[in-house]
Amino acid sequence: MNDETAAIEIRDLSFGYDDIQILCNVRLDIWRGDSICIVGPNGGGKTTLIKLILGLLSPDRGTIRVFGQRPEAARQRIGYVPQYAKYDPQFPISVLDVVLMGRLGGTLRNSYSPQDRDRAMAALGQTGLTDLAVRPFASISGGQRQRTLIARALASGGDILILDEPTANIDHESELQFLDLLRGLNERMTILMVTHEVGFASSFFKRIACVNRQVVVHPTSQLTGKLIQEMYGGDLQMIRHDHRCSEEGHRHD
Amino acid sequence: MTEFLAALADPSLPFFRYAVLTGIFASIPFGVIGTYVVVRRISYIAGAISHCILGGVGAGLYLQNALGVSWFGPLHGAVVVALMASLILAMVSMHAKQREDSVIGALWSVGMAAGLLFIAKTPGYSDPMSYLFGNILLITRTDFFFVLALDVLVLGIIGFFYNTFLAICFDEEYAQLRGIRTHWLYLLLLCLVAMTIVLLVRVVGIVMVIALLTLPAAIAGNFARNILQMMVLATLLCSIFIVVGLGASYSLDLPSGPVIILLAAAAYLLALLGLKVTGKK
Repeated sequence: MNDETAAIEIRDLSFGYDDIQILCNVRLDIWRGDSICIVGPNGGGKTTLIKLILGLLSPDRGTIRVFGQRPEAARQRIGYVPQYAKYDPQFPISVLDVVLMGRLGGTLRNSYSPQDRDRAMAALGQTGLTDLAVRPFASISGGQRQRTLIARALASGGDILILDEPTANIDHESELQFLDLLRGLNERMTILMVTHEVGFASSFFKRIACVNRQVVVHPTSQLTGKLIQEMYGGDLQMIRHDHRCSEEGHRHD
Repeated sequence: MTEFLAALADPSLPFFRYAVLTGIFASIPFGVIGTYVVVRRISYIAGAISHCILGGVGAGLYLQNALGVSWFGPLHGAVVVALMASLILAMVSMHAKQREDSVIGALWSVGMAAGLLFIAKTPGYSDPMSYLFGNILLITRTDFFFVLALDVLVLGIIGFFYNTFLAICFDEEYAQLRGIRTHWLYLLLLCLVAMTIVLLVRVVGIVMVIALLTLPAAIAGNFARNILQMMVLATLLCSIFIVVGLGASYSLDLPSGPVIILLAAAAYLLALLGLKVTGKK
């Protein structure tokens, strides 16, 4: 399938908090250039899986390799975009200062060089935020804050972009802009995104990983109503976008 | 006001000049460290550290006066207890975040209880109220130099780690992903908070330390565009509260500590009301 090592390779991964098993015997390969979307019910382990890949949590059993390395060692190759809603809306900081944090970690003092500033400005350019650089992070819209966090991840460099529920609380127009941005980035980066909006997922991502204690991967073309019901455990209202629900169901291979 | 200026110039009232000068220089750590306390939302942690210092002060008094350990005094006790409390709180934040609240409450009350027991068993009379509310008019030359040393320590460390501390206050998880050793730096930040509290408790007392750490910074946070502006503004506000509060307490013959706190609180309320009326927030 690919002549190089996988971008992310997960084998026999299990993880739990105290007595509660969150993930069980997970096997997942993410290839270079992949665009994969992680869906599943709340509490199903989506965010846990991301934190394991980032090395913020360690597995109880099994292994995770990012470009063949342990997650902690490969962090510099991952750009991470957390949910913007977790930030203190009153924190006094400019958009540029947020993006510069992508350049942290160089020295003990973490002072920024002119090159760091150039990288940050370039990332702001890519996300269409150049004019907002000096604006307070608190004063911009939800969609703009989301793009600021993507710019921060881009400024850090890296070949994998991991996003955690980036479309929560942003309006439809921002969502479309956001998809265009992802499409462009996917030409040079592997993209892994957690979302709860399955319809959104089908329009861009090549593959979908359903996470609910186990992880099962489907090509986007297989996304059906039955599959979605199984992922979320049945009781679910579905809003149809551009895909059709078929009767065939799905296979786990 | 003229009485106040006359008192400042009066050579027979050196304590008054020390009080004003120390107040102004103490505003620097109040403004700078207070900014971190406010944006990182750890005023309850600062509260726990400052209150459990009474345990250290009590232990120091007891060791000195009851057991005759002459080299160990209330200040040493306060430093040891404040740093221990920082270490405990940093470890709790690392390993048992969900119990942080309970640990804060426990440290707060156990420190005070231990302090009162030590003071009760120490021969001679010392008034716990003087530690709770302090008395800025009792400040000596030595206290003034301690505050100057604290200014140098705080500005030196914050100047060096400015970007790093900003990152761990804004988004600790991301800072960790960028390879910053966030646990150690959070501990360092808490130790700075602790040292600030210890030295300034001598000046203004346990209760007032929290007021002056949080109120000026909280007001400044509504107007500042970044952390640096917030620190400068908080420092300015703090020194104004201390100087005006001292002047008012002198003219009205009231205890200075409570006057300063109420002045700061009134300014905070006015700032919030002002923002509400002008519709800025």
